[in-house]
Amino acid sequence: MAEHIIELQNVTKYYDDTLVLENVNLYVNKGEFITFLGPSGCGKTTTLRMIAGFDTPSAGKILLHGKDISSLPPNKRPVNTVFQRYALFPHLNVFENIAFGLKCKRVLNTYENDRGKRYTKKEKLSKQQIESKVKKALELVDLEGFEKRSISTLSGGQQQRVAIARAIVNEPEILLLDEPLGALDLKMRKEMQIELKEIHRRLGITFIYVTHDQEEALTMSDTIVVMADGVVQQIGTPLGIYNEPANTFVADFIGESNIFNGTVIGERKVKFCGKTFDCVDDFEQNEPVDVVVRPEDVVMCAPEDGKLQGKVISVVFKGIHYEITAQIGKYEIVIQSTDKREIGDLIGMNIAPDEIHLMKPKYTTNAFDGTITKRNTVAFADGEFACDLTQLYPGSHIDEEEYLVTASGEKLDLTGTEVRVEVGLTDIAISDDENAGGTTGNIISIIYKGDHYRLIVRTDGEAEEDFVFATDDLWNENDRVSVIIPADKIKLALKKTEDKKA
Amino acid sequence: MRLQFSRKMLGIPYAVFLLFFVIVPMLVILFYAFTDKELHFTFGNFIRFFSDPSKLSTIAYSLVIALITTVICLAIAYPVAYILARSNMKRKFVLLLLFVTPMWINFVLRVNAIRELLSWTGLLGEANYFNTIFGMVYDFLPFMILPIYTTLLKIDHSLYEASADLGAGWSKTFTRITLPLSLPGIMSGITMVFLPSMTNYVVSDMLGNSKVTIIGKFIYEYFGSNWHMGSMVALILLIVVFLTTWLTGGFREDETVRGANI
Repeated sequence: MAEHIIELQNVTKYYDDTLVLENVNLYVNKGEFITFLGPSGCGKTTTLRMIAGFDTPSAGKILLHGKDISSLPPNKRPVNTVFQRYALFPHLNVFENIAFGLKCKRVLNTYENDRGKRYTKKEKLSKQQIESKVKKALELVDLEGFEKRSISTLSGGQQQRVAIARAIVNEPEILLLDEPLGALDLKMRKEMQIELKEIHRRLGITFIYVTHDQEEALTMSDTIVVMADGVVQQIGTPLGIYNEPANTFVADFIGESNIFNGTVIGERKVKFCGKTFDCVDDFEQNEPVDVVVRPEDVVMCAPEDGKLQGKVISVVFKGIHYEITAQIGKYEIVIQSTDKREIGDLIGMNIAPDEIHLMKPKYTTNAFDGTITKRNTVAFADGEFACDLTQLYPGSHIDEEEYLVTASGEKLDLTGTEVRVEVGLTDIAISDDENAGGTTGNIISIIYKGDHYRLIVRTDGEAEEDFVFATDDLWNENDRVSVIIPADKIKLALKKTEDKKA
Repeated sequence: MRLQFSRKMLGIPYAVFLLFFVIVPMLVILFYAFTDKELHFTFGNFIRFFSDPSKLSTIAYSLVIALITTVICLAIAYPVAYILARSNMKRKFVLLLLFVTPMWINFVLRVNAIRELLSWTGLLGEANYFNTIFGMVYDFLPFMILPIYTTLLKIDHSLYEASADLGAGWSKTFTRITLPLSLPGIMSGITMVFLPSMTNYVVSDMLGNSKVTIIGKFIYEYFGSNWHMGSMVALILLIVVFLTTWLTGGFREDETVRGANI
C-alpha cells in the first residue's frame, strides 16, 4: 500500500457562521496526482488552502506523514502553491521571483573540524547553488533566458510558467495547484495540461490540483475527489468515477449522462422509460432508484431489434461523434454514436446490463422543522405557508374563531406548536413572481431526468433550507424564485416530546 | 463666417492660467532674484545669501526640522497604516477617519489649540524646537498615513500568502514584499510632509515662540522690505525642493505607478 502523505480527518470549516466544509475525510498517496473537482463554492479551494496552511480547520485534523500539522504556519510546511492568479511579486524580476523561496531556505551542512569532529551548521544556499537551481527550474518550464525579464512584460502563459517554476524550485514534497490554468485560453490550457503532467512525471512529487473543469480532472489525475456543497461526493480513479458515479450529482457533473427515475421490480431488474431492463446492481424490490446511462452506452439498432423504440428529434455533430436525441414516449434520451441519423428517423436502442447504473436517490422527500403561527399557517424554511391543521388531530375541524376543535370537542390554540413538515418531491411549484409563494430562494442545481427536471431551490433567508422537486419547465441556475406549495400537500406531524427536548 | 471650434481650443483657458499664474510669476521671481534695487543685473543677492552664515544656518535648521518631522511622521504613520490595512476589523474605516479628521479642521485653529496646550503645560517658550516639531508632526501626520495606507491596501493579499508559502516569515515578508511595494506611498508621504514642514512658518512662529526661524519665514520677512533678496531665497528653496523630489524619485512616473498598480 502506498504511503499516505496527507490525510484529512473529519475536517470541518466555518467562515463566520457559514459552513463551507463538512466533515471531510480523505488521504493522498505519496507521488500521486490528485484533483479536487467540483463547482464553484464546493469547498475545494478551502481544502487546498488548509493543506497549504492559509486557513486552519474549525474542527478535525490534517496529517502530514501522520503528524498533525493543522496549526503549522505555511512557511513551515514542505508544500508550495501555484496560485490561481499566479501571485507573482510585481517588483521582482523572473529570477528574483523564482529565487525567493531559495533565499529563505536554510540547509544543514556537515563539516569536519581540525580534530576530525563532525558538526553541522544551518546555512543559506550559496549564490551559485541558487543560480543553478533557478536555471534548472526555468528549463523545466521552458523559459530559459527569461531571468532578467520583468513580470509585467510576460504573457499570461509565461507568468503561469514562472509561478510553477517558483513553486517547484523549492523541491516541495507536495505541489498545490489552485485552478492554475483558469486564466489561459483553451489551446494554451490543453498544452499546459500535458506539460504539467510531464512535470509531475519528471519530479515524481505529489500534486494536489483544484479545478472545476471535469475534463481537465479526467485527463490529468490519478485520483479525483468530487466535491459539492462542502461535502465529498466520491473519491476514485477517473475511470471509476466516470463508469460508476456514486450519485446523480457526480453522474451529471462528470461527463454527459441520461438520468431517469426508475423502480426496481425484481432481482436485478429495473424499470425505467416504460421498459424493464436487466441490470447488475442489487437493490430492494420496489425501491425507487436513480438510473444513470452514459450516452455512448446507448446502442442504436433497427427499431424492431431494440428494447426501446424512439424517434430522432435532434442531431448535433460533435467532431468525433454525433449527439443524437431520441424521444421515447414522454422521455428523452441522448445517444452518442459515430453513425449518423436524420431527424424523424425511427430507431431502436439497447443498453447492456452493466451499463445501467442504479443509485439510491439522495432525495426522497423534503422534510423541515416548522412552527404553527397564530394565523393557522406553518412557518418553515424562511417562509410561511397555508396548511391544513386538522390533519394533526383526526376528526378535528377549525371553528369560526379559528380555533382547532378536536373530535372530542376540545378547543386548541396551536400557536407556537412545533411540527415536522413534509412535502413530496412532486408537490412543489415555483414562480418568478417573488410574492406568489410562501418563501423565496435561488435555484442551485438542475438535473434533467429524461422527462422532467429535478431542481433544488435554496432559500435565501437564515435557515438556508433546500427544496428538492420535479418540474417540467426549464429554469436557469441562480434564478430567484418563490416556492409554492398547495395547502393540502403539506404534511404535518406533531413532534414528539422527546424530539422537543433534543 | 462661423467660428470653427476645435478640440485644441478647450486647452486655451489652461494655457492662459499657466501663463499668468505659473510662468509669469516664475519669471518675475527670476527677474527680481538677479537684480538690485536699481533693477540692474547682479549676482549680489546670491553671493550675499551664501556668504551670510546666519542664512545658511537657517537653511540647515529648516532642513533638519523638516527631516526630523518627516522621520517621526513616518515612524508613527507606517505602523498605523499597516495595522489598519492588514486588519480584518469591520470598523477600521472609522479608525482611519479618526486619524484623518484633523486634516479637515482649520489649520490655524489646530495650531492655536496646541499652543494653548503647550502654554498650559508650561512648555511654550521653553522648548521651542521640540514644540515646533511636535506641532508639525501633529499637523502633517495624516498626510503620511493616507498615501501609505492606500498603497498597502492595494497590495494583493495573495502576495503575502505566496511569500509565506515560499518559506518567508513575517519579517522577511515585510522587508522583501510589503516594504518595497509600499515604497510609492512612503515617497508621496515624504513629499507631502517634508516640503511643507520646511516652509510652514505659522507652526514655527506660534509654537516656537517666534524663536525658531525656518526658510519660509525668511521669504515672508524679505518680501516686506527687500523683494530681490526674497526672490532669491524663494528660488533657492525651489531648487532644494526640486532636488529632494528628484532624489526621492518623485519624477519617476512608471516606477511608482507599477508598484501601486498591482
